[in-house]
Amino acid sequence: MLYAAVAVRSFRRFSTYRTATLAGVFTNSVFGVIYSYAYLALWHQRPDAGGYDATDAVTYVWLGQALLMTIALWGGGTTDDLAERIRTGDVAIDLYRPVGLIGWYLAGDLGRAVYHVLARGVLPTILGLVLFDIALPASPLAGAWFVVSLALAVVTSFAIRFLVACTAFWLLDQSGMRMLSGVLAIFLSGMTLPLVIFPEPLRSIALALPWASYLQTPADIWLGHRHGAGILAGLALQVLWAAVLMAVCRAVLAAATRKVVVQGG
Amino acid sequence: MAEVTAAVRGACQEYVWIAAMWVRSALAYPWSFWILVVGSALITLLDFVGLGLMFHTIPHLGGFGLREVALLYGASGIGIGVADLVIGSVEQVGLHVRTGTLDAMLTRPVPLLVQVCADRFAVRRLGRISQALVVFAYGAGSVDWTLAKVGLALVMVVSACLIFFSFFVAFSCIQFWTVDSTEFANAFTYGGNTMTQYPMTIFPREVLKGLTFLIPVAFVNWYPCLFLLGRPDPFGLPGWFAFVSPVVAGLTLTVAGLAWTSGVRHYTSTGS
Amino acid sequence: MTLIDVRDLARTFVVRKRSGRLGRTRTEVEAVRDLTFDIDAGEMVGYIGPNGAGKSTTIKMLTGILVPTSGHLRVSGLEPSTQRTDLARRIGVVFGQRTTLWWDLPLRDSFELLQKIYRVDPVRHRRNLQEYVELLDLGDLLDTPVRQLSLGQRMRGDITAALLHDPEILYLDEPTIGLDVVSKGRLREFLRTLNAERGTTLMLTTHDLQDIEALCDRVIVIDHGTAVFDGPLADLHRRGGSRRTLVVDLVDEAPPIEVPGASTRRVEGPRQWLSFPAGASAAPIVSAVAAAYAVADLSIQEPDIEDVIRDIYAGA
Repeated sequence: MLYAAVAVRSFRRFSTYRTATLAGVFTNSVFGVIYSYAYLALWHQRPDAGGYDATDAVTYVWLGQALLMTIALWGGGTTDDLAERIRTGDVAIDLYRPVGLIGWYLAGDLGRAVYHVLARGVLPTILGLVLFDIALPASPLAGAWFVVSLALAVVTSFAIRFLVACTAFWLLDQSGMRMLSGVLAIFLSGMTLPLVIFPEPLRSIALALPWASYLQTPADIWLGHRHGAGILAGLALQVLWAAVLMAVCRAVLAAATRKVVVQGG
Repeated sequence: MAEVTAAVRGACQEYVWIAAMWVRSALAYPWSFWILVVGSALITLLDFVGLGLMFHTIPHLGGFGLREVALLYGASGIGIGVADLVIGSVEQVGLHVRTGTLDAMLTRPVPLLVQVCADRFAVRRLGRISQALVVFAYGAGSVDWTLAKVGLALVMVVSACLIFFSFFVAFSCIQFWTVDSTEFANAFTYGGNTMTQYPMTIFPREVLKGLTFLIPVAFVNWYPCLFLLGRPDPFGLPGWFAFVSPVVAGLTLTVAGLAWTSGVRHYTSTGS
Repeated sequence: MTLIDVRDLARTFVVRKRSGRLGRTRTEVEAVRDLTFDIDAGEMVGYIGPNGAGKSTTIKMLTGILVPTSGHLRVSGLEPSTQRTDLARRIGVVFGQRTTLWWDLPLRDSFELLQKIYRVDPVRHRRNLQEYVELLDLGDLLDTPVRQLSLGQRMRGDITAALLHDPEILYLDEPTIGLDVVSKGRLREFLRTLNAERGTTLMLTTHDLQDIEALCDRVIVIDHGTAVFDGPLADLHRRGGSRRTLVVDLVDEAPPIEVPGASTRRVEGPRQWLSFPAGASAAPIVSAVAAAYAVADLSIQEPDIEDVIRDIYAGA
């Protein structure tokens, strides 16, 4: 119940930046248009590249722009608050709270993600539909699985961002690691180029890494390139990575707590 | 005239002094500093790798080969790289309004634009410029160089810097009216850069017209590069467009200057 | 010589408020109106008023950050809004809650940058720095990064930074906010020295009225955008009808004392508080009390400026 309250408060907090949201939607849409034409040029020459057709490719572009903020590809979200509290030393207070620190920040981040899906996701998707006639989910069931997959994407992304924020316990400042992590996420999530058209063996490696969870897996479910057992396999890999990374978060936080307690911050 | 020269020299000196302070500040966190340097190098590297991977699938994009696209990519990259290094911080002007640091800047005897642009100067942005130079050099292999073409290439690169320079300033000025619209400017700066990384032939005619006459980002590299590559304009636009980039740069700079002065005037007449 | 010349200064803001679901109302708010005063070189002026009275709007106009809506304004012979950069070389500004020093760099580096951008002659800079470092006791801190300084140390650094180019006027916005008693005292002492030895004109806004009592010969009180009082501190007391208090410790408990010219405000065991006008002499009251009662001890409390100003706001 407490976590739900945290999530709701976080949702409200992010919803106060209205102009920023509008400006962001505008920018995402401009990039959506650019990449759509670039992909159309590519698929015009290779109509079956990566097993996608041109409509799939353009849909993929707009899904990427719509989900960019939700999966916090560039970093950001509640983990930035954590990094700031580590930098200022306020985190010591959080560590003595009876509430689990990870759960607290995760709940907040989920609230933020829900806001970003609605505010930053819906409009670009509609625009993609109007301008480029993108594909809708293959079936209501595919749509439902897409939502599950997206939720797992947010948890995975949260865990990675949480670990990046935790580097501030040792480095004092997360900005370097945050950027490095963002760079990897952009490339390995398939935001630069869909992972399916990566050449082998890069393709298989990228598809097995946690970042594939961010965009490629949900997009493939949306596009109907995964169905039946394929969906379950995709989700299973997402669950596995989310669980492993959350466990690492726990271990790192425990180490950090020892450090704070022993050295007094 | 001598007065103007002295003022410009003074402003440049002040810029360098302030920028140097930020470089030293960044070095106070050596770990973050070096990771950021590596990160920016990696970001630009992977960006071009992405383009390379596209060409792994197809031999041509919009009728242009990898080396030709590299020429476009490099020219645009140098332009935005230099603009971002020198004045990219102008994007944060809304933050200065919100936190009140702009007021403190207004009480200093240094032009406001110099202070805003030199703020948080980051050497790591050199990474993008060096990557763009390498890519440009690779793309240069597709040009039959003559003295005239070398001259045009230089004019193109300088104009590209100035056009992106103007975009950064002009679109950031919106923040004087709505402080949290930072991302809006990105659509034109980084968006303009991304558009010009591809040959314009991938876009429909109407988009190209918009990028020529409305947001004149096609003059950053497209028209001069057509001349360098010895290609006729695929859209049938006049060949002399290749040589007017400096004029366009002059125009965009004027607009940016007006936007900045009216932005500052708006701020000093409303205080918010 | 008049350094700051303000005549009929006004500044209105347009405030847009959401009303109903879609509508917006546009109202004009007069942040400053009919403001007139002048400040001579070498004065130390307290500029006080409640939050939202127009204090910071005035300071912003005086420093050139904000353009006045109407009225006449000259600082040091310059028009702040159009000659902002020239003016910047002649004034120093200290914002109490915000530092303008470089957070991650040693104090010394910030000072060196200021020497360069204000183009202060290096010899003069060295002399100034040496003097301020000595007066403000910053010697051991010059090589410490600003982020490691305490609030009081940082404030001393900020004040030095504002003075290195020998400004004619120093504006201080809440200079003692958050400081401990010792730091406050030391800062006030420094500002007095600065004014006495260099003739620097000081204008300070503050909520700490002890700053005013310790520093300012003159007070301008602003409320609802206009000056409701301008004059010496003593006049402020008189104007506010302020009263002094005679505290009497009697040998034995007694009913409220009754003497001419004073009224008893409070009785607590053998101690009683008698109030009388600040302008009147205490001598006749003291002798009247001593004649009628067995007195163990006497003391006189000066009027509290906070009460005085509250009275003025109430009357305005």
